[in-house]
Amino acid sequence: MNSFIEIFNSLNREETKQSIYSKTALDVESALAKTKRGLEDFKALISPAASPYLEQMAQLSHRLTQKRFGKTIQMYAPLYLSNECQNICTYCAFSLDNKIKRKTLNPEEILREVAVLKQMNYDHVLLVTGEANQTVGVSYLKEAIHLIKPFFSHIAIEVQPLDQDEYEYLQEEGLNTVLVYQETYNQENYKLHHPKGKKSNFTYRLETPDRLGKAGIHKIGLGVLIGLEDWRTDCFYTALHLDYLEKNYWKTKYSISFPRLRPIEIGNNEVSSLKTFNAFMSDKELVQLICAYRILNEEVELSLSTRENEKFRNGVVRLGITSMSAGSKTNPGGYAVEPQSLEQFEISDERSPEEIAGMIKQQGYEAVWKDWDRVYS
Amino acid sequence: MSLLKIAGKTFNSRLFTGTGKFSSSELMEKALLASGSELVTVALKRVDVSNNEDDVLHHLAHPQFNLLPNTSGVRNAKEAIFAAQLAREALETNWLKLEIHPDPKYLFPDPIETLIAAEELVKLGFIVLPYIHADPVLCKRLEEVGTAAVMPLGAPIGSNKGLRTRDLLEIIIEQSKVPVVVDAGIGAPSHAAEAMEIGADAILVNTAIAVSENPVQMAMAFKLAVEAGRMAYEARLAKPKNFAEASSPLTSFLEE
Repeated sequence: MNSFIEIFNSLNREETKQSIYSKTALDVESALAKTKRGLEDFKALISPAASPYLEQMAQLSHRLTQKRFGKTIQMYAPLYLSNECQNICTYCAFSLDNKIKRKTLNPEEILREVAVLKQMNYDHVLLVTGEANQTVGVSYLKEAIHLIKPFFSHIAIEVQPLDQDEYEYLQEEGLNTVLVYQETYNQENYKLHHPKGKKSNFTYRLETPDRLGKAGIHKIGLGVLIGLEDWRTDCFYTALHLDYLEKNYWKTKYSISFPRLRPIEIGNNEVSSLKTFNAFMSDKELVQLICAYRILNEEVELSLSTRENEKFRNGVVRLGITSMSAGSKTNPGGYAVEPQSLEQFEISDERSPEEIAGMIKQQGYEAVWKDWDRVYS
Repeated sequence: MSLLKIAGKTFNSRLFTGTGKFSSSELMEKALLASGSELVTVALKRVDVSNNEDDVLHHLAHPQFNLLPNTSGVRNAKEAIFAAQLAREALETNWLKLEIHPDPKYLFPDPIETLIAAEELVKLGFIVLPYIHADPVLCKRLEEVGTAAVMPLGAPIGSNKGLRTRDLLEIIIEQSKVPVVVDAGIGAPSHAAEAMEIGADAILVNTAIAVSENPVQMAMAFKLAVEAGRMAYEARLAKPKNFAEASSPLTSFLEE
């Protein structure tokens, strides 16, 4: 087997969706009673039938998470390097057709941003860019990693999908983790959300985790953009993808994120408006999903960004989440260079990393800043 | 009770402890003090060795705590040897818990890489305590290359499932010339007592203490269980009997 595409093609999306929505209370109870759960159990746990079992799921998720991860939450910060982008994505503020000021940080600016993150105590960093291969290609990323490596124990990227040899090249420089969200597994509608640019190639994106696995990248982050399509079906495909990857690339660690679409600013500086999305997922449903992933897979890392608000983030510390960002800026230069520029998405939890660490401590957990070491790269 | 000796060093406590998963470094310190443990393992990846005031290390600065740096996070012998050298330099000890798990899901140790690394590290002057499967042949191979102890697992790490490998552990204990420390899977004081009763020289516990509702009290419970188990082992446990004593012995004719 060469890639996930074969498994993906063997399933019919509509049938999969029907199978999720037809799960019953009995299926949910059976899933909860097991000690090892499979993908059919996961379907039951994310189905509408599981909603009355939310507290039970939360208790189980809480226990399973503590058993594996202890009473700790890992801390990371995003560092946006560029908002230049050749793609049109209907939901993103950095989309090519959005007339905003474009900015790519130079080495001196990157170091100024790093200085602020170090003051905040960060040791794990996530580099983020749009997709602009002329200016923010592999050589730019390599230089950025080289530049910041002395300051961080763990370096992740969330950038355009790359080829296997390019990942290998960046890994040599010190790259540890790559996040690549499929956005949606709905192949038919993928093109509607990504009408232009390299990103419109669904298959190339879908096979990215395979290339990462083959390149031997330590950790792969998966996820879908919740709000684009039916979340239950998309998240089932994520779980299917994870299951496939764990079997094929057994030396790799995995994490899942839950980016829920939030309003974004559209237009130029004079005329701007907020764009909202229809397929919103409720807080209750997001809790159900977090718990379902944990109950399916006791080892996968679950990550939550500052897209979510204070109340929600406080509430999920004990529910199954294992890593969090805080004090994030989602615009290049947001920490020091150009704090006022347009953000990729709106931050809902504006508390400082120190405040978040305090909130975590109050709940009887410890914020962990360092859980890797450069010597392992 | 007899004292435990590893690589010439004597320990009063046969309970070794881990330092991860606690809700705070303060609580970790209190729990480890309550456990009476004299050997505490600390992951190199979790500490900032360049920082003199590292939170974890700061709370472990007690004369009774001997640090046992571990290589958690490395995936092969080469990385392990590199990490070991860094740990030795930074933490000023040549003791090392060698753990190599290329599988990040169940964190099972790689027997091949562990043997390669152990041999090399012993040559480099390390006191090596390898975390490994409950594999009697592997334990003998490690003993032969000069490890100071062997640390077979009782069950998958963090699983709290107890001595699922008991039959193999008994063989390892029977055959071993170096101390046998049961590591991983011990989820309750009764498991700890069981390991000591079958003759393990020591056990290592982390999750069961760190994740309990009251880590200090749980640490004390493990301390007592380890002591009870060892005392029972040394006092020679009465063997459970599967059959009643036969009233007419089969060999009595020999006396006739």
